[in-house]
Amino acid sequence: MYSFEFEKPSTIADAVAALAAEDAQALGGGQTLIPTLKQRLASPSALVSLSGISEMQGVCVEDDGSVSVGGATTHATVASEAANTYPALAALAGQIGDPAVRNRGTIGGSVANNDPAACYPAGVLGSGATIRTNTREIAADDFFEGMFSTALDDGEIITSVRFPVPQAASYQKFLQPASRFALVGVFLARFADGVRVAVTGASEDGVFRWSEAEQALNTSFSPDALMGLHVNPMNMIADLHGSKDYRAHLVSVMTKRAVAACS
Amino acid sequence: MTQVSMTVNGKSVSGDVEGRTLLSSFLRDHLSLTGTHVGCDTAQCGACVVHVNGEAVKSCNMLALEADGTDVGTIEGQSNADGSLNVIQQAFQDHHGLQCGFCTPGMVMSAAALLKENPRPTEAEIRKYLEGNLCRCTGYHNIVKAIMAASGQDAGSIAAE
Amino acid sequence: MPKDSGIGASSKRREDVRFLTGAGNYTDDINVHGQAYVFFLRSDIAHGRLKSVDTSAAEGMPGVVKVFTGKDFEGVGGMPCGWEVTDKHGAPMQEPPHPILAQGKVRHVGDPIAAVVADSLEQARDAAEAIDVDIEELTAVIDMKAAAQDGSTLVHDDLKNNICYDWQLGETDDAKVDEVFANAAHVTTLDLVNNRLVANPMEPRVAVGEYKRGTDEYTLYTTSQNPHVIRLLMCAFVLGLPEHKVRVVAPDVGGGFGTKIFHYAEEAFCTFAAKACNRPVKWTSSRTEAFMSDAHGRDHVSKIELALDAENNFVGLRTNTYANLGAYLSTFSSSVPTWLHGTLMAGNYKTPVIQVNVKAMFTNTVPVDAYRGAGRPEATFQLERVVDKAARELGVDPIALRRQNFVTQFPYDTPVALTYDTGDYNGTMDKLEAAADLAGFAARRAQSEANGKLRGLGINCYIEACGIAPSNIVGMLGARAGLYDAATVRVNATGSISVMVGAHSHGQGHETAFPQVVADMIGIDESMVEIVHGDTSKIPFGMGTYGSRSLAVCGSAMVKATEKVIEKAKRIAAHLLEASEADIELKDGQFSVAGTDKSVAWGDVTLTAYVPHNYPLEVEPGLEETAFYDPANFTFPAGAYACEVEVDPETGQVSVEKFTAADDFGNIINPMIVDGQVHGGIGQGIGQALLENCAYDENGQLLSASYMDYAMPRADDVPFYGVDHSSQTPCTHNPLGVKGCGEAGAIGSPPAVVNAVLDALNSGGKAVDHIDMPVSPSRVWAAMNG
Ligand SMILES: Cc1cc2nc3c(=O)[nH]c(=O)nc-3n(C[C@H](O)[C@H](O)[C@H](O)COP(=O)(O)OP(=O)(O)OC[C@H]3O[C@@H](n4cnc5c(N)ncnc54)[C@H](O)[C@@H]3O)c2cc1C
Ligand code: FES
Ligand code: FES
Repeated sequence: MYSFEFEKPSTIADAVAALAAEDAQALGGGQTLIPTLKQRLASPSALVSLSGISEMQGVCVEDDGSVSVGGATTHATVASEAANTYPALAALAGQIGDPAVRNRGTIGGSVANNDPAACYPAGVLGSGATIRTNTREIAADDFFEGMFSTALDDGEIITSVRFPVPQAASYQKFLQPASRFALVGVFLARFADGVRVAVTGASEDGVFRWSEAEQALNTSFSPDALMGLHVNPMNMIADLHGSKDYRAHLVSVMTKRAVAACS
Repeated sequence: MTQVSMTVNGKSVSGDVEGRTLLSSFLRDHLSLTGTHVGCDTAQCGACVVHVNGEAVKSCNMLALEADGTDVGTIEGQSNADGSLNVIQQAFQDHHGLQCGFCTPGMVMSAAALLKENPRPTEAEIRKYLEGNLCRCTGYHNIVKAIMAASGQDAGSIAAE
Repeated sequence: MPKDSGIGASSKRREDVRFLTGAGNYTDDINVHGQAYVFFLRSDIAHGRLKSVDTSAAEGMPGVVKVFTGKDFEGVGGMPCGWEVTDKHGAPMQEPPHPILAQGKVRHVGDPIAAVVADSLEQARDAAEAIDVDIEELTAVIDMKAAAQDGSTLVHDDLKNNICYDWQLGETDDAKVDEVFANAAHVTTLDLVNNRLVANPMEPRVAVGEYKRGTDEYTLYTTSQNPHVIRLLMCAFVLGLPEHKVRVVAPDVGGGFGTKIFHYAEEAFCTFAAKACNRPVKWTSSRTEAFMSDAHGRDHVSKIELALDAENNFVGLRTNTYANLGAYLSTFSSSVPTWLHGTLMAGNYKTPVIQVNVKAMFTNTVPVDAYRGAGRPEATFQLERVVDKAARELGVDPIALRRQNFVTQFPYDTPVALTYDTGDYNGTMDKLEAAADLAGFAARRAQSEANGKLRGLGINCYIEACGIAPSNIVGMLGARAGLYDAATVRVNATGSISVMVGAHSHGQGHETAFPQVVADMIGIDESMVEIVHGDTSKIPFGMGTYGSRSLAVCGSAMVKATEKVIEKAKRIAAHLLEASEADIELKDGQFSVAGTDKSVAWGDVTLTAYVPHNYPLEVEPGLEETAFYDPANFTFPAGAYACEVEVDPETGQVSVEKFTAADDFGNIINPMIVDGQVHGGIGQGIGQALLENCAYDENGQLLSASYMDYAMPRADDVPFYGVDHSSQTPCTHNPLGVKGCGEAGAIGSPPAVVNAVLDALNSGGKAVDHIDMPVSPSRVWAAMNG
């Protein structure tokens, strides 16, 4: 690692101020950032830890019934605290990495990082969640801009993510055998006004909504409704662990399983 | 350099570290607690697992300064007060849950965290929980068996014996 | 009744206490006062000409002690290869130099170009970034078959081609082999790949070099399976140092699996640099570095043909293999695809005509050398896959086909240079059938099918040649070392014993099992005996631990030394008891005169040896003996394995549901430890079969360079294993009758897993002949979908 200063503010305002310094970077749980720094792929001047900001911690239910998760809330906390209010989200959080990773990694870090194989982006996009930052609210549909790229500005902090709670939802993750990230992960949420299907792990463009599947499921919510539907393999990732065709196939299989789990 | 203070295995310690000093380095290099091992640089092997405020954490993936003011537990602090092996350690010895011993500190620390959360885990729950702990020697058989035994379950009844 | 101590007892491991309490002493735990750290600048280009390496900026960076490049090692030897293979025309293998730091060319991603020694690792790394390297990139030689073509780019410009050797074993008359195949009633042919693996002991390699000017002495602490071998190679071939001035210490070592046998450039570097910098120098490999500098394993591409007569007897076997050696010859690399592979092609079968052909290739990849099993898994995989395919083609039961062709008479001379001393392959198969409940398979399959899964059963037999090795034989075959081992049994005055052994324990439990033998022989408590290993200044010259040899070879030396001790102690006892030496018996730690009640305790005799007041004058005082043991033959552990898998037909995901091993290891000293060795081997074998894949792209970039892409088996990838060791035909030529158990699991399991997957697919109506390892979900899905 290159050397950097370390700061640990206790309020969002202080964090925003600290991040204004040139090349300062936010530190969530560090589960992605620290390995990156070890490889010397980044050289921030300062890391501003968000772990000491109590207003960014925890899961709560808002007046409209939506579930709000503080930006610095760990995966482990979501897995336990959202278990009753949004079980599919809790289940997703409980499938990220391993217990030690879940005890440190945060929703803000995961969403800000937008790894094309990460789990949360599927949950956020599939739920039609709203990302709240220190300056604004961003709809999930506008937030993810492709692999490792988001609508966040420099120094902008995800302070919380607000999830409308669907009638039913399910996250189906097919593991990449080495990293155990998603080779393909599908988050499906069924709301009164329609179904949302978000796919991670599969596409060169990062997390995406599978609108054909959504339409088919809006017409008939059953695995059979997906018969014959496939995502275009052209846009899929091909690597050691799976070809484009295989990933495209898995998208269908995982979506069907998600439907079955919600039925 | 910044001063960091924490409690490690019940003792207060402090030291001057850089921003980039990892908790694993602080334990190994500053405190000479070399029982915590480092086996990878991508936070996947789990040889470095310690407890921070009672929770399992990969110490290779946490800055020492993030642990300021916390209560850290390492393998060196696991034995009973008289120095004898604790229940989990003893079960690992009884059931040959280790060979080269390199993954062992992390395994024991993860097992302790699991049993705190889930005092009688099933075989499947143990295997799942150990997702972040690699062992290259044992094929996991005796590790899983040892954890079952440590939780008071009859390891002798394991089907494929 | 299981024994509770001595030979045959599952004594708990004493070494566990330190490992379980964080008190182990691994190489990275060693810090020498004043040490500096080295960072190696490694090539990120697979193949290129080094036009210039400018270190001037780096030299002035903060904390930098010294910067080294290939030029600094021009007068120094290169990394040696310990085995000269002779090709089929009688010519010696091509043996290119392997410098400590690259000279002239870089030949694989990870090839070290420069080394920066600095006060801290981060400073060394900062300075390494300031080194200006100009490399003219050349075409990377990656594909072995292409590399063998005339006109291929050369990995080593001074060699005539990229073929290290073109080797043959068995029938030399091609026409005779052709005739066997022409006359066969059935021929089964299979093209297969034995996937490249990375051994991945959980402890990365570490080296700490230290030099004391006052006494002109060097110490190297290193993660090695064989400290004496390292000292010998480094002193005699690389650095030209007198051995008596060099101490090599391999303290607690966190797993080896072969990859810590070899003498590595980093070890020689740290030793050399400690003097050059006048400071101890430490290197700790990162995992990323390990992937591109630890010797890799396997990587064979083979065609195998099996000829059967009308009664399904095996009548001929022919293999053609390309074996990847990587960019340089690692210490034992040349022996792996040849003498450790070709010799095993007979397997458990009495095939009369066998011809093995191996072309060993240089490519722009990390050197390949022995990894758990080394050559034997590659042989077993080919053979057992082709036998399984033959059974399917012929519509016969795969177990029956194997049984029909088993060797049943011993000793048995194979057509590929080995003499199996003993075995009982049918008996071991009987044990497997019972232990694996093969009778219940049909019901289990029906259950899986009811859950929408395909279930398959895969069988595998293996034999391995262990207890490496008779020095005279390996010498004839090109080994540049003897492969005996040594032990010194030092009895202390009060009767406790230290045994200094050449073997090294890095997980195998020698510290527990070896004392069981000595204690049993004398009749004292195991706790009275301790094992000392891993330090050339303390142990006799032994060859270390690999090839499942420790107990069979070093253990035999220990038995011989203990016998010498007992013989001498009897002479002393005879004196004390005023009896004839011939009448003295030793039992339960008491020397007694046969037929009388006169006796003297072990401790009284040992005390007398060191306080020789009342003592036989013709006997030397003291009680310490050394023995060297050179085995008369290899040992031949053998076994039969069964694997049951479920395949998810929608995703191609394979899960191992049941795995059973029946092994014949001869006599067993500590059953608990032996079971553990088999478990570990199976875990790695399942890893090879389903998960692990070290892959390069066509430019020689390593695609699986971390655990993000190299899939290690985890706890939830494997089931509990059933292990049965009750089939025991003791080795006929070593004193303990032991055969070795360290590699069996890794040799026996991959074919069982792959055979099971194919059985599952075929049971589901998918006529799939073969899938290369790792049998990943995507490959299974692709195979199912044509
Ligand atoms: C072994 C292992 C396995 C894993 N497995 C999975 C998996 O299966 N699925 C999965 O989805 N992920 C997985 N991860 C990644 C893990 O979920 C990370 O926790 C997550 O991707 C990043 O979160 P973090 O809090 O650790 O962020 P950090 O690593 O601290 O930061 C990541 C990035 O986000 C920025 N950032 C952090 N917090 C904020 C914020 N509040 N606002 C704005 N920017 C912020 C940082 O500046 C940095 O650029 C795994 C990680 C490891 C080490
Ligand atoms: S060293 Fe921390 S996970 Fe590998
Ligand atoms: S005991 Fe060696 S890695 Fe687990």
